[in-house]
Amino acid sequence: MQEYLIIIVSAVLINNIVLSQFLGICPFLGVSKKLSSSLGMGGAVSFVLVLSGAITWVVRHYILVPFDIGYMQTVAFILIIASLVQFVEMVMRKFTPPLYKALGIYLPLITTNCAVLGVAIINVQKDFSFGKAMTHSLAHSAGFTLALVLMSGIRERMEDADIPESMQGTPIALVIAALMSISFLGFSGLI
Amino acid sequence: MSLMQEFTKGIIKENPLFRLVLGTCPALAVTTSVENGLGMGAAFTGVLLASNIAISLMRSIIPASVRIPAYVVIIASFVTMTDQLMHAFTPSLYKALGIFIPLIVVNCIILGRAEAFASRNSVLPSIMDALGMGLGFTIALGLVSAFREVLGAGSFLGIQILPESIPAILMILPPGGFITLGCLLALLNKLQKKYAW
Repeated sequence: MQEYLIIIVSAVLINNIVLSQFLGICPFLGVSKKLSSSLGMGGAVSFVLVLSGAITWVVRHYILVPFDIGYMQTVAFILIIASLVQFVEMVMRKFTPPLYKALGIYLPLITTNCAVLGVAIINVQKDFSFGKAMTHSLAHSAGFTLALVLMSGIRERMEDADIPESMQGTPIALVIAALMSISFLGFSGLI
Repeated sequence: MSLMQEFTKGIIKENPLFRLVLGTCPALAVTTSVENGLGMGAAFTGVLLASNIAISLMRSIIPASVRIPAYVVIIASFVTMTDQLMHAFTPSLYKALGIFIPLIVVNCIILGRAEAFASRNSVLPSIMDALGMGLGFTIALGLVSAFREVLGAGSFLGIQILPESIPAILMILPPGGFITLGCLLALLNKLQKKYAW
Protein backbone atom coordinates (compact mmCIF):
# COMPACT_ATOMS: atom_id res chain seq x y z
CA MET A 1 0.00 0.00 0.00
CA GLN A 2 2.79 2.37 0.96
CA GLU A 3 4.49 1.84 -2.41
CA TYR A 4 1.34 2.92 -4.22
CA LEU A 5 1.03 6.00 -2.03
CA ILE A 6 4.62 6.96 -2.83
CA ILE A 7 3.96 6.55 -6.55
CA ILE A 8 0.91 8.81 -6.31
CA VAL A 9 2.52 11.58 -4.25
CA SER A 10 5.66 11.54 -6.34
CA ALA A 11 3.79 11.66 -9.67
CA VAL A 12 1.28 14.36 -8.73
CA LEU A 13 3.44 16.73 -6.71
CA ILE A 14 7.16 16.00 -6.80
CA ASN A 15 7.69 14.88 -10.39
CA ASN A 16 4.71 16.74 -11.79
CA ILE A 17 4.51 15.76 -15.44
CA VAL A 18 4.31 19.33 -16.76
CA LEU A 19 6.23 21.39 -14.24
CA SER A 20 9.19 19.13 -13.60
CA GLN A 21 9.27 16.54 -16.40
CA PHE A 22 8.38 18.92 -19.25
CA LEU A 23 5.89 16.61 -20.90
CA GLY A 24 2.73 18.03 -22.45
CA ILE A 25 3.95 21.63 -22.58
CA CYS A 26 2.09 22.38 -25.83
CA PRO A 27 -1.45 21.92 -24.43
CA PHE A 28 -0.26 23.43 -21.15
CA LEU A 29 0.58 26.69 -22.94
CA GLY A 30 -2.06 26.47 -25.66
CA VAL A 31 -5.25 25.47 -23.87
CA SER A 32 -4.77 27.18 -20.51
CA LYS A 33 -6.41 30.50 -21.28
CA LYS A 34 -9.81 29.54 -19.84
CA LEU A 35 -10.71 27.42 -16.83
CA SER A 36 -13.48 25.50 -18.62
CA SER A 37 -11.37 24.51 -21.62
CA SER A 38 -8.45 23.50 -19.42
CA LEU A 39 -10.76 21.22 -17.43
CA GLY A 40 -11.96 19.69 -20.72
CA MET A 41 -8.42 19.15 -21.95
CA GLY A 42 -7.38 17.69 -18.60
CA GLY A 43 -10.29 15.26 -18.71
CA ALA A 44 -9.62 14.17 -22.29
CA VAL A 45 -5.90 13.65 -21.70
CA SER A 46 -6.49 11.76 -18.45
CA PHE A 47 -8.92 9.44 -20.19
CA VAL A 48 -6.58 8.61 -23.07
CA LEU A 49 -3.53 8.47 -20.82
CA VAL A 50 -5.00 5.86 -18.45
CA LEU A 51 -6.45 3.76 -21.29
CA SER A 52 -3.21 3.84 -23.29
CA GLY A 53 -1.22 3.09 -20.12
CA ALA A 54 -3.24 -0.11 -19.72
CA ILE A 55 -3.09 -1.17 -23.38
CA THR A 56 0.61 -0.44 -23.86
CA TRP A 57 1.39 -2.45 -20.72
CA VAL A 58 -0.55 -5.44 -22.04
CA VAL A 59 0.99 -5.18 -25.52
CA ARG A 60 4.48 -4.83 -24.08
CA HIS A 61 4.19 -7.84 -21.77
CA TYR A 62 2.22 -10.21 -24.01
CA ILE A 63 3.45 -9.31 -27.51
CA LEU A 64 6.70 -7.34 -27.55
CA VAL A 65 8.55 -9.23 -24.79
CA PRO A 66 7.54 -12.84 -25.69
CA PHE A 67 8.43 -12.30 -29.37
CA ASP A 68 11.62 -10.47 -28.41
CA ILE A 69 10.85 -7.39 -30.51
CA GLY A 70 11.36 -4.78 -27.80
CA TYR A 71 12.98 -2.44 -30.33
CA MET A 72 9.56 -1.99 -31.98
CA GLN A 73 8.30 -0.33 -28.81
CA THR A 74 8.19 3.26 -30.10
CA VAL A 75 6.39 2.31 -33.31
CA ALA A 76 3.93 0.05 -31.50
CA PHE A 77 3.14 2.57 -28.77
CA ILE A 78 2.54 5.51 -31.10
CA LEU A 79 0.25 3.38 -33.27
CA ILE A 80 -1.70 2.26 -30.20
CA ILE A 81 -2.10 5.84 -29.01
CA ALA A 82 -3.09 7.18 -32.43
CA SER A 83 -5.70 4.49 -33.01
CA LEU A 84 -6.93 4.78 -29.43
CA VAL A 85 -7.55 8.49 -29.86
CA GLN A 86 -9.48 7.80 -33.08
CA PHE A 87 -11.47 5.06 -31.37
CA VAL A 88 -12.32 7.17 -28.33
CA GLU A 89 -13.41 9.94 -30.65
CA MET A 90 -15.76 7.61 -32.54
CA VAL A 91 -17.24 6.03 -29.41
CA MET A 92 -17.82 9.41 -27.79
CA ARG A 93 -19.49 10.83 -30.88
CA LYS A 94 -21.89 7.88 -30.90
CA PHE A 95 -22.71 7.44 -27.22
CA THR A 96 -21.99 10.68 -25.37
CA PRO A 97 -22.53 13.53 -27.86
CA PRO A 98 -22.51 16.29 -25.17
CA LEU A 99 -19.09 15.18 -23.88
CA TYR A 100 -17.82 14.82 -27.45
CA LYS A 101 -18.95 18.34 -28.21
CA ALA A 102 -17.33 19.69 -25.07
CA LEU A 103 -13.97 18.04 -25.82
CA GLY A 104 -14.34 18.31 -29.60
CA ILE A 105 -11.20 20.00 -30.86
CA TYR A 106 -8.96 18.76 -28.05
CA LEU A 107 -9.35 15.08 -28.81
CA PRO A 108 -7.30 14.80 -32.05
CA LEU A 109 -4.60 16.97 -30.47
CA ILE A 110 -3.90 14.32 -27.84
CA THR A 111 -2.07 12.04 -30.30
CA THR A 112 0.84 14.46 -30.46
CA ASN A 113 0.74 15.14 -26.73
CA CYS A 114 4.05 13.85 -25.45
CA ALA A 115 2.60 13.24 -21.98
CA VAL A 116 0.69 10.19 -23.21
CA LEU A 117 3.64 8.50 -24.93
CA GLY A 118 5.97 9.71 -22.19
CA VAL A 119 4.05 8.04 -19.36
CA ALA A 120 3.79 4.80 -21.36
CA ILE A 121 7.58 4.79 -21.79
CA ILE A 122 8.25 5.64 -18.13
CA ASN A 123 6.00 2.70 -17.17
CA VAL A 124 8.28 0.45 -19.19
CA GLN A 125 11.52 2.00 -17.92
CA LYS A 126 10.53 1.59 -14.28
CA ASP A 127 9.35 -1.96 -14.94
CA PHE A 128 6.04 -1.47 -13.10
CA SER A 129 3.55 -4.26 -12.44
CA PHE A 130 0.11 -3.72 -13.99
CA GLY A 131 -1.37 -2.29 -10.80
CA LYS A 132 1.52 0.10 -10.32
CA ALA A 133 1.49 1.15 -13.98
CA MET A 134 -2.20 2.01 -13.68
CA THR A 135 -1.65 3.94 -10.44
CA HIS A 136 1.25 5.76 -12.05
CA SER A 137 -0.79 6.68 -15.15
CA LEU A 138 -3.74 7.84 -13.04
CA ALA A 139 -1.52 9.94 -10.78
CA HIS A 140 0.24 11.56 -13.73
CA SER A 141 -3.05 12.46 -15.39
CA ALA A 142 -4.21 13.99 -12.10
CA GLY A 143 -0.96 15.96 -11.97
CA PHE A 144 -1.44 17.15 -15.55
CA THR A 145 -5.00 18.32 -14.84
CA LEU A 146 -3.86 20.02 -11.63
CA ALA A 147 -1.12 21.97 -13.41
CA LEU A 148 -3.44 22.94 -16.26
CA VAL A 149 -6.24 24.12 -13.96
CA LEU A 150 -3.87 26.11 -11.73
CA MET A 151 -2.31 27.72 -14.79
CA SER A 152 -5.66 28.69 -16.30
CA GLY A 153 -6.76 30.19 -12.99
CA ILE A 154 -3.69 32.42 -12.98
CA ARG A 155 -4.01 33.31 -16.65
CA GLU A 156 -7.66 34.33 -16.25
CA ARG A 157 -6.57 36.85 -13.64
CA MET A 158 -3.70 38.02 -15.87
CA GLU A 159 -6.10 39.30 -18.51
CA ASP A 160 -6.53 42.60 -16.69
CA ALA A 161 -2.84 42.97 -15.93
CA ASP A 162 -0.68 45.46 -17.75
CA ILE A 163 2.00 43.30 -19.35
CA PRO A 164 4.86 44.78 -21.44
CA GLU A 165 4.11 44.32 -25.11
CA SER A 166 6.91 41.94 -25.95
CA MET A 167 6.12 39.73 -22.92
CA GLN A 168 2.49 39.16 -23.90
CA GLY A 169 1.28 35.66 -24.75
CA THR A 170 3.73 32.78 -24.55
CA PRO A 171 6.68 34.54 -22.81
CA ILE A 172 4.65 35.59 -19.77
CA ALA A 173 3.01 32.14 -19.68
CA LEU A 174 6.47 30.56 -19.49
CA VAL A 175 7.52 32.88 -16.68
CA ILE A 176 4.33 31.99 -14.76
CA ALA A 177 5.13 28.33 -15.35
CA ALA A 178 8.61 28.93 -13.95
CA LEU A 179 7.17 30.44 -10.75
CA MET A 180 4.72 27.53 -10.42
CA SER A 181 7.58 25.14 -10.99
CA ILE A 182 9.59 26.79 -8.21
CA SER A 183 6.70 26.37 -5.80
CA PHE A 184 6.38 22.70 -6.81
CA LEU A 185 10.10 22.27 -6.06
CA GLY A 186 9.07 22.82 -2.44
CA PHE A 187 7.38 19.40 -2.47
CA SER A 188 10.63 17.62 -3.26
CA GLY A 189 11.40 17.01 0.43
CA LEU A 190 8.08 15.24 0.92
CA ILE A 191 9.36 11.69 0.47
CA MET B 1 11.40 30.19 -53.74
CA SER B 2 14.99 29.28 -54.37
CA LEU B 3 16.68 26.38 -52.59
CA MET B 4 18.78 28.79 -50.55
CA GLN B 5 15.65 30.50 -49.23
CA GLU B 6 14.15 27.14 -48.27
CA PHE B 7 17.27 26.57 -46.23
CA THR B 8 17.56 29.96 -44.53
CA LYS B 9 13.88 30.43 -43.65
CA GLY B 10 14.10 27.82 -40.87
CA ILE B 11 16.96 29.59 -39.15
CA ILE B 12 15.49 33.01 -38.38
CA LYS B 13 12.21 33.86 -40.08
CA GLU B 14 10.42 30.59 -39.27
CA ASN B 15 12.65 29.31 -36.49
CA PRO B 16 10.63 26.36 -35.13
CA LEU B 17 11.29 27.09 -31.47
CA PHE B 18 11.53 30.88 -31.29
CA ARG B 19 9.06 31.98 -33.97
CA LEU B 20 6.58 29.09 -34.19
CA VAL B 21 6.95 27.93 -30.54
CA LEU B 22 6.88 24.25 -31.48
CA GLY B 23 8.89 21.47 -29.88
CA THR B 24 8.96 23.14 -26.48
CA CYS B 25 9.08 19.89 -24.49
CA PRO B 26 12.59 18.77 -25.56
CA ALA B 27 13.73 22.41 -25.66
CA LEU B 28 13.02 22.75 -21.95
CA ALA B 29 13.96 19.27 -20.79
CA VAL B 30 17.33 18.50 -22.38
CA THR B 31 18.88 21.97 -22.35
CA THR B 32 20.60 21.57 -18.99
CA SER B 33 23.98 21.56 -20.74
CA VAL B 34 25.19 22.71 -24.15
CA GLU B 35 26.37 19.19 -25.01
CA ASN B 36 22.90 17.70 -24.42
CA GLY B 37 21.20 20.54 -26.28
CA LEU B 38 23.37 20.16 -29.38
CA GLY B 39 23.10 16.34 -29.21
CA MET B 40 19.33 16.58 -29.16
CA GLY B 41 19.47 19.04 -32.06
CA ALA B 42 21.60 16.63 -34.09
CA ALA B 43 19.31 13.65 -33.39
CA PHE B 44 16.30 15.78 -34.27
CA THR B 45 17.87 17.01 -37.52
CA GLY B 46 18.71 13.44 -38.54
CA VAL B 47 15.15 12.23 -38.04
CA LEU B 48 13.67 15.28 -39.75
CA LEU B 49 15.98 14.90 -42.77
CA ALA B 50 15.25 11.19 -43.18
CA SER B 51 11.50 11.56 -42.73
CA ASN B 52 11.31 14.56 -45.08
CA ILE B 53 13.15 12.61 -47.80
CA ALA B 54 11.04 9.47 -47.34
CA ILE B 55 7.73 11.33 -47.25
CA SER B 56 8.65 13.50 -50.22
CA LEU B 57 9.54 10.39 -52.25
CA MET B 58 6.31 8.64 -51.31
CA ARG B 59 4.02 11.64 -51.55
CA SER B 60 2.23 10.38 -54.65
CA ILE B 61 1.75 6.84 -53.26
CA ILE B 62 0.26 7.68 -49.86
CA PRO B 63 -3.55 8.15 -50.08
CA ALA B 64 -4.67 11.46 -48.59
CA SER B 65 -7.14 9.88 -46.16
CA VAL B 66 -4.52 7.83 -44.27
CA ARG B 67 -1.61 10.21 -44.64
CA ILE B 68 -1.26 11.15 -40.96
CA PRO B 69 -0.96 7.53 -39.69
CA ALA B 70 1.42 6.82 -42.58
CA TYR B 71 3.62 9.79 -41.66
CA VAL B 72 3.60 8.78 -38.00
CA VAL B 73 4.77 5.26 -38.84
CA ILE B 74 7.55 6.57 -41.11
CA ILE B 75 8.73 9.02 -38.45
CA ALA B 76 8.53 6.38 -35.70
CA SER B 77 10.71 4.00 -37.75
CA PHE B 78 13.42 6.63 -38.19
CA VAL B 79 13.22 7.54 -34.50
CA THR B 80 13.70 3.87 -33.58
CA MET B 81 16.79 3.71 -35.83
CA THR B 82 18.21 6.89 -34.27
CA ASP B 83 17.47 5.50 -30.82
CA GLN B 84 19.34 2.25 -31.54
CA LEU B 85 22.28 4.05 -33.20
CA MET B 86 22.68 6.47 -30.30
CA HIS B 87 22.43 3.61 -27.82
CA ALA B 88 25.33 1.90 -29.61
CA PHE B 89 27.62 4.81 -30.46
CA THR B 90 26.96 7.63 -27.96
CA PRO B 91 25.93 5.81 -24.75
CA SER B 92 26.50 8.76 -22.41
CA LEU B 93 24.44 11.15 -24.54
CA TYR B 94 21.80 8.42 -24.90
CA LYS B 95 21.56 8.20 -21.12
CA ALA B 96 21.40 11.98 -20.66
CA LEU B 97 18.63 12.48 -23.23
CA GLY B 98 16.80 9.36 -22.03
CA ILE B 99 13.08 9.36 -22.69
CA PHE B 100 13.30 12.38 -25.00
CA ILE B 101 14.84 10.37 -27.86
CA PRO B 102 11.74 8.16 -28.39
CA LEU B 103 9.64 11.27 -27.78
CA ILE B 104 11.01 12.83 -31.00
CA VAL B 105 8.11 10.88 -32.57
CA VAL B 106 5.56 13.26 -31.10
CA ASN B 107 7.60 16.38 -31.80
CA CYS B 108 5.11 18.60 -33.61
CA ILE B 109 7.82 20.14 -35.84
CA ILE B 110 8.54 16.89 -37.68
CA LEU B 111 4.90 16.01 -38.35
CA GLY B 112 4.28 19.67 -39.18
CA ARG B 113 7.06 19.76 -41.80
CA ALA B 114 5.84 16.45 -43.26
CA GLU B 115 2.32 17.77 -43.62
CA ALA B 116 3.13 21.35 -44.64
CA PHE B 117 6.21 20.87 -46.79
CA ALA B 118 7.49 17.40 -47.69
CA SER B 119 4.09 16.13 -48.85
CA ARG B 120 3.86 18.96 -51.38
CA ASN B 121 7.42 19.38 -52.63
CA SER B 122 10.03 17.29 -54.43
CA VAL B 123 13.05 15.78 -52.73
CA LEU B 124 15.63 18.53 -53.11
CA PRO B 125 13.58 21.37 -51.58
CA SER B 126 12.49 18.95 -48.81
CA ILE B 127 16.12 18.24 -47.97
CA MET B 128 16.91 21.95 -47.81
CA ASP B 129 13.81 22.56 -45.70
CA ALA B 130 14.78 19.78 -43.26
CA LEU B 131 18.38 21.01 -42.99
CA GLY B 132 17.27 24.60 -42.38
CA MET B 133 14.62 23.68 -39.80
CA GLY B 134 17.02 21.26 -38.12
CA LEU B 135 19.77 23.85 -37.95
CA GLY B 136 17.32 26.47 -36.68
CA PHE B 137 16.14 24.14 -33.92
CA THR B 138 19.70 23.15 -33.02
CA ILE B 139 20.79 26.79 -32.78
CA ALA B 140 17.76 27.54 -30.61
CA LEU B 141 18.54 24.59 -28.30
CA GLY B 142 22.19 25.64 -28.17
CA LEU B 143 21.24 29.19 -27.20
CA VAL B 144 18.84 28.10 -24.43
CA SER B 145 21.31 25.55 -23.08
CA ALA B 146 24.22 28.02 -23.21
CA PHE B 147 22.33 30.43 -20.92
CA ARG B 148 21.30 27.62 -18.58
CA GLU B 149 24.71 25.97 -18.37
CA VAL B 150 26.64 29.20 -17.85
CA LEU B 151 24.22 30.59 -15.25
CA GLY B 152 23.39 27.30 -13.56
CA ALA B 153 26.64 25.36 -13.54
CA GLY B 154 29.14 28.12 -14.38
CA SER B 155 30.55 26.10 -17.25
CA PHE B 156 30.34 26.03 -21.04
CA LEU B 157 30.60 22.67 -22.84
CA GLY B 158 31.88 21.23 -19.57
CA ILE B 159 34.68 23.80 -19.13
CA GLN B 160 34.42 25.80 -15.90
CA ILE B 161 34.32 29.53 -16.72
CA LEU B 162 32.77 31.06 -13.58
CA PRO B 163 34.03 30.63 -10.00
CA GLU B 164 32.02 28.03 -8.11
CA SER B 165 30.31 30.50 -5.81
CA ILE B 166 28.50 32.41 -8.57
CA PRO B 167 26.22 29.89 -10.40
CA ALA B 168 22.54 29.64 -9.40
CA ILE B 169 21.63 25.95 -9.40
CA LEU B 170 18.02 26.97 -10.06
CA MET B 171 18.87 27.57 -13.71
CA ILE B 172 19.55 23.88 -14.39
CA LEU B 173 16.51 22.81 -12.38
CA PRO B 174 13.13 22.79 -14.20
CA PRO B 175 12.16 26.43 -13.37
CA GLY B 176 15.35 27.68 -15.07
CA GLY B 177 14.19 26.18 -18.36
CA PHE B 178 10.87 28.01 -18.26
CA ILE B 179 12.45 31.33 -17.28
CA THR B 180 15.21 31.14 -19.91
CA LEU B 181 12.84 30.29 -22.74
CA GLY B 182 10.30 32.91 -21.63
CA CYS B 183 12.89 35.68 -21.48
CA LEU B 184 14.50 34.67 -24.79
CA LEU B 185 11.10 34.68 -26.52
CA ALA B 186 10.31 38.12 -25.10
CA LEU B 187 13.71 39.44 -26.17
CA LEU B 188 13.24 38.11 -29.71
CA ASN B 189 9.76 39.66 -29.87
CA LYS B 190 11.29 42.98 -28.92
CA LEU B 191 14.10 42.69 -31.49
CA GLN B 192 11.64 41.65 -34.17
CA LYS B 193 9.50 44.73 -33.52
CA LYS B 194 12.54 46.99 -33.64
CA TYR B 195 14.15 45.65 -36.78
CA ALA B 196 10.99 44.29 -38.46
CA TRP B 197 12.26 40.93 -39.76
